[in-house]
Amino acid sequence: MFEGYSLAELGSIFAMQGFAGLILFSVFVLMALGLAIIFGQMGVINMAHGEFMILGAYVTYLCSNFISSYAPALFPAYFFIAMALAFVASGALGMLVEWGMIRFLYRRPLDTLLATWGLSLILQQVFRSVFGAREVGVVLPDWLMGSVAVTDTIEVPINGLFVMGLTIAITVVIYAVMFRSRWGQGVRAVMQNRVMAGAVGINTEKVDRYTFGLGCGIAGVAGSAFTMVGSTGPTSGQLYIVDTFLVVVFGGAQSLIGTIASAFTISQAQSTMEFFLSGSTAKVLTLLTVVVILMLRPQGLFVLKVRR
Amino acid sequence: MSSDKMDADKTIGGVPSPLRRKLLLGMAALPAVALLPRGALAQALPTDAVNTTKLAVTDGTVKVGILHSTTGTMAISETGSVQAEKLAIAQINEMGGVLGRKIEVIQEDGASDWPTFAEKARKLLVEDKVAAVFGCWTSASRKAVLPVFEQYNGMLYYPTFYEGLEQSKNVIYTGQEATQQILAGLDWVSNEKKAKTFFLIGSDYIWPRTSNKIARKHIEMHGQKVVGEEYFPLGHTQFNSVINKIKLTKPDVIYASVVGGSNVAFYKQLKAAGIDLNKQTLMTISVTEDEMLGIGGENIAGAYACMKYFQSLKNPNNEKFVAAFKKMWGGESVIGDVTQAAYLGPWLWKLTAEKAKSFDIDKIAAASPGIEFTGAPEGYVRIHENHHLWSKTRVGRARTDGQFDMVYETADLIEPNPFPKGYQ
Repeated sequence: MFEGYSLAELGSIFAMQGFAGLILFSVFVLMALGLAIIFGQMGVINMAHGEFMILGAYVTYLCSNFISSYAPALFPAYFFIAMALAFVASGALGMLVEWGMIRFLYRRPLDTLLATWGLSLILQQVFRSVFGAREVGVVLPDWLMGSVAVTDTIEVPINGLFVMGLTIAITVVIYAVMFRSRWGQGVRAVMQNRVMAGAVGINTEKVDRYTFGLGCGIAGVAGSAFTMVGSTGPTSGQLYIVDTFLVVVFGGAQSLIGTIASAFTISQAQSTMEFFLSGSTAKVLTLLTVVVILMLRPQGLFVLKVRR
Repeated sequence: MSSDKMDADKTIGGVPSPLRRKLLLGMAALPAVALLPRGALAQALPTDAVNTTKLAVTDGTVKVGILHSTTGTMAISETGSVQAEKLAIAQINEMGGVLGRKIEVIQEDGASDWPTFAEKARKLLVEDKVAAVFGCWTSASRKAVLPVFEQYNGMLYYPTFYEGLEQSKNVIYTGQEATQQILAGLDWVSNEKKAKTFFLIGSDYIWPRTSNKIARKHIEMHGQKVVGEEYFPLGHTQFNSVINKIKLTKPDVIYASVVGGSNVAFYKQLKAAGIDLNKQTLMTISVTEDEMLGIGGENIAGAYACMKYFQSLKNPNNEKFVAAFKKMWGGESVIGDVTQAAYLGPWLWKLTAEKAKSFDIDKIAAASPGIEFTGAPEGYVRIHENHHLWSKTRVGRARTDGQFDMVYETADLIEPNPFPKGYQ
C-alpha cells in the first residue's frame, strides 16, 4: 500500500498515526477513569456510566447555549465552565443514585448490574423527553477547532491536544486524591476491608457516597470533553460503555495503573491495525487479542497485591 | 413514460411561469371541489363495495397504522417520519378523507427493535385490520415486517432511501433505491470536479456495503479508481486512523455513507484534522438536514449530499409543505429527505384508493403502478411497475446554517431499478 509515496510523506503519516494512537489513548483513559474508580474500587458494575457521561455532554450543550446568548464575551472560555458544571451535575446525580439505590446492593454485585442497566434506560428516556430524540449540536469556541501545522505535512488536531492535556491533568488529580490524601487512604481502606475500616472509625457510608460521586463526576467531565469528538444524543452513552468496560476489565479491575496500561495497549493496537487493515477487522482483532489475553490471565494485566 | 408531465415540472428552482401558477392554483382548488360531493361519494361507494376483505372501514372512517420507533436509538431518525405522516393524514382529512371516509390513525412503537416491529405489524394487520401501514425506517426493520405483510396481505408504505434488491406486492417504496441515489451523483461529481479517484467510507452493515458496491462498479466502469474502501462498526467514534489514510491517498472525492452517532464523530474529526471541505470534495449519501442538527453546520459546510429532496427546494409545493410542517411541529423543525418521502405515503395511498375505488389490498397493489402525485414537495412523482417511485436526484451543498443549497438536479425523472444488472 506504500508504493509511490516518498519517504518524507511516509514519515509524516507515521508521525500523525502515532499521534492518532495517543489521542485514542487519552480518550480511553478519560472514559475509563471514572469507571475504574467505581468498578475497581467499589466493585459496583455501573452500566449507566455512559449516561453519566452524556449528562455531562448535555450540561455542556446547555452551557454553550446559555453563554452564547447571555454572556457572549465569555464564550471562548465557556468550555472550562461547562466542564466544572458537568462534574458537579454528574457527581451530584451519582451521589443521589448511590443514596437511593446502590447502597442497598453492595453485597449483590450482579444485582447492581441489572439495577444500573435499568437506570441507564430511565436516564436515556429522561434525556429524550427533555432534550428531544434528535442529537444536539454543541458549538465549540473557535480556538478549539482546526489543527496545528507542525510541518507542512504533519497536522495535529487541537481538540486532540486538549483531550490529552485534560486526561493528564485528571489522572494526576486522581492519583493525588487516591494515594496522597487522607480521604483516598480511607477509600482504599474501605475497599480492602470494609468491616475493619468501619471498626477503626472510618465512616464507610460517607466514603462510598463520595467515591461513587467522584467516579460519576469524572464521567461527566469526560462526556463534556467528548462533545468535541463525538455526538450528543439520548443514546450516545451506549457508544462508549463497551470500550470502557473493556479497558477497565483488561487492565485488572482494581488497579488504576492497570487501567492506564490497558488503555494504552488497546488504543495503540486498534489504531495501528485500523491503519493497516480495515476498520471492522481491526475491531475484531483487538477484541480477539483481549479475549485471548484474558483467558491466559483472567485477573487482567495488573493485580493489586493484598493479603487474603 | 416521461414526457408531458416533466415539461410542466421543469420550472422547479426557477421562477414559475404564470401559466404554471394558474395550473397550480387550479390544482389547489381541486380538493375544495372534491369536498362538495363528499356525501354523494360515500353513498355512491357503500362500505360493502370498497371493502370486501373485512378491513377496518366504516361508512365514515378508515383505520391506518403508523409503525415507527419513538423510543430507542432509532427514534432520532424516525421522529421526522411520524410527524410527516401525521401532517399528510391531517391534511387529507381536512379535504374530506379518502373515498369520503376520515382516516383514523393507530400508532405503534417499534422501539428500535426488529422483532418488536414484526409483532406490532402483526397486531396492526390481524387485530386492528388497518387498510395501510406507514412505517419502518431501517432495512432491518423492513426485512422483519415483510413476511408479516406478505402473510396477512397488508400494505406498507416505506419511506427510507435503501439498498434495493427487494420488491414486494405488499410494499410501496417512497424513498429512492440505491442506483437512483448514487449514479447521478457520481456522474455529476465526475463531470463537475473532474474526479478520478474515490475513497469510500461507510458504516458496516448492508446499506453502505451494497451502496458502495454499486458505486465502485460505476466508478470502475468509467475508468476511474477507488483508492480506498473502509467500513466501521455502527457507533464507532474514532476516525483519526482512517483520516490519516485519506490524507495519504489524497482522493479527489471522499464518498461517505457513515450513519448514526458515528456520523457526528467523523465530520468533527475531519474538521479537527485540518481537512477543509471547501477544498477537499466530499460527497455523502447519508447526511440530511436531520443529521446536520447533530453534526453542526460549521463542521460539514462545503460537503455535497446526494438526495432527492432538500428542505430548501424552491417550488410552490415545497414552500407550502415546509410552512405547514413548521406550523404543526414548531418553527425549529427541519425536514430531511426521508421525512419528505414519508409525507408522500398517505397521499399516494389516497390517490391509489380513489383510482381503485376500493380499500382492498389486492386492488390497491394492482392500481398502484402509474399513480401520479403532482403535489409532492420534491416535485412530480409516479409509481413504477416495481412499486418504487420515479423521482429526480439532486445534489446539495451543505451550509453552515444546517441547510443545503441545491447545485444540481437531474433533467429527467430517474427510473427505479432495484435489481440493477451489472452492479451486483
